[in-house]
Amino acid sequence: MLCDHCKERDAVVHLTRIVDNAVTQLHLCEKCAAEKGVETTIALPQHPLGEILQAVQQQATPASVADAGVCAFCGATARDFRASGRLGCAHCYDAMETSLRELLRRLHGSSKHVGRRYEAPLPESLVEGDARAALTDRLRRAVESEQFELAAELRDKLRVLE
Amino acid sequence: MRRAPLDLSLLPDGGVRWLDASGPHADIVISTRLRLARNVVGYAFTGRARDGERLRMLAQVKEALSQVPILDGSVLLRLDECGQLDRQLLHERHLVSKELAGLDAQHPLRTGAAVFLGEQVGVLVNEEDHLRLQAMRSGFDVPAAFSVASRMDQELGARVPFAYHKEFGFLTACPTNVGTGLRASVLIHLPGLVLTKEIGKVLAGLQQMGLTYRGLYGEGSEVVGNFFQLSNQTTLGRSEEELQDLLVRVVRHVIEREEEARRVLVRDAGYIIEDKLWRAYGTLRYARSLSFDEAMNFLSGVRLGVGLKLIPGLSVYTLNKLLIFAQSAHLSHAEGRTLTDSESNLARAKYVRQMLATEGSGVE
Repeated sequence: MLCDHCKERDAVVHLTRIVDNAVTQLHLCEKCAAEKGVETTIALPQHPLGEILQAVQQQATPASVADAGVCAFCGATARDFRASGRLGCAHCYDAMETSLRELLRRLHGSSKHVGRRYEAPLPESLVEGDARAALTDRLRRAVESEQFELAAELRDKLRVLE
Repeated sequence: MRRAPLDLSLLPDGGVRWLDASGPHADIVISTRLRLARNVVGYAFTGRARDGERLRMLAQVKEALSQVPILDGSVLLRLDECGQLDRQLLHERHLVSKELAGLDAQHPLRTGAAVFLGEQVGVLVNEEDHLRLQAMRSGFDVPAAFSVASRMDQELGARVPFAYHKEFGFLTACPTNVGTGLRASVLIHLPGLVLTKEIGKVLAGLQQMGLTYRGLYGEGSEVVGNFFQLSNQTTLGRSEEELQDLLVRVVRHVIEREEEARRVLVRDAGYIIEDKLWRAYGTLRYARSLSFDEAMNFLSGVRLGVGLKLIPGLSVYTLNKLLIFAQSAHLSHAEGRTLTDSESNLARAKYVRQMLATEGSGVE
């Protein structure tokens, strides 16, 4: 069932109102419910690693936080990480570098890799079909996770390809 | 749709050569495994990737692996095309993780989930990370497992670009694996330390040294039959050599403690122990119904008896086979249909009886 308000997301809050003996039912998604001030008990499940990240972010002084909110490659946010304890892609490490560095220090006692050094082989030119499929998948993900700015950027790139 | 059951004879060495008890300290350490977590540049990590991305990544890796000499003759199994029983079978052989096999309630089977299996090596594709390169060895042999995994890493990494960060090292979906991406583990049998109640102290000590322990099937599994998996906890800030060295030193110490505990048991409670172990053997030899946990506990007793040379005429290899082949999916596979729990218990008891009768004929 879609949300009565935005008609985009799934309704998860079902509100029954009785005004002057008339019963009305309202079905809302989590976001619209929050906007309308409906208190819900739905809370994002928190992964243990997410709790550490949150603690790290809360302790950081504003000047030291240079992290971008959203990963420019996969559209994942710190909120996604807090829920799952997993990062969305390799670029998330750049998007959340400052807080991850502190998280890694707490997990491993160090944030510095001292093992095998690696140089990736020179990027072979991707087949055109691959590049388009890759962009399409990234665009769909951006739309699904409501990263509309990122989606617009990817759509432009796709147009250039086409 | 009914699928043809998996033909395990297609796997190089059935995927279980690490069971043959030929390695160092094989009566205490069943096996050593080492894995390197790697991700391929250009795709979101498995959990966030769309089906198309996972399939394209699999295709790219498949092409590259055909040029990797160490994986010559390996077999590709698409788990997303296997039935549940076959996936469970591969998991029981410790060839794929619960997550990759889609047997974990939190992580349903993913499109593109696959494994390449070679001789004592494997590449898990679309696990938590795009690639998990793993090597298995019989007994306690960390250097041999590392040298194979490392060769795979270099040969594949020269053909497929891995996600790598100058400061953080190899990038992984979970920050607990970042850096070397290396997890070295041993499957170890510690009945002496459990019986003498020393195990708590030993495990606490391990954790202080930067190691961790798990049950028979790794992460999230329970300890049954006194089998523990010991592995390094951290992956960053130490080199591959340092991480291996740490595991080797600590495991060597644990083996010594276990041997000492066994000596104490025999010295202080000789006949009680001997009676207990023979009773375990008697139950396995004649019982008509055995649950998995029960079988594991009695097998633990018999294994201790064999290690102490109190039960002669039985090989560690036979015991290792019982450990794997007496599991539910293996029993169902042998019967050609999915067995219920009570049918499994009957089939398990029958299988164990027959194995002990044929391969343990020197005992009586």
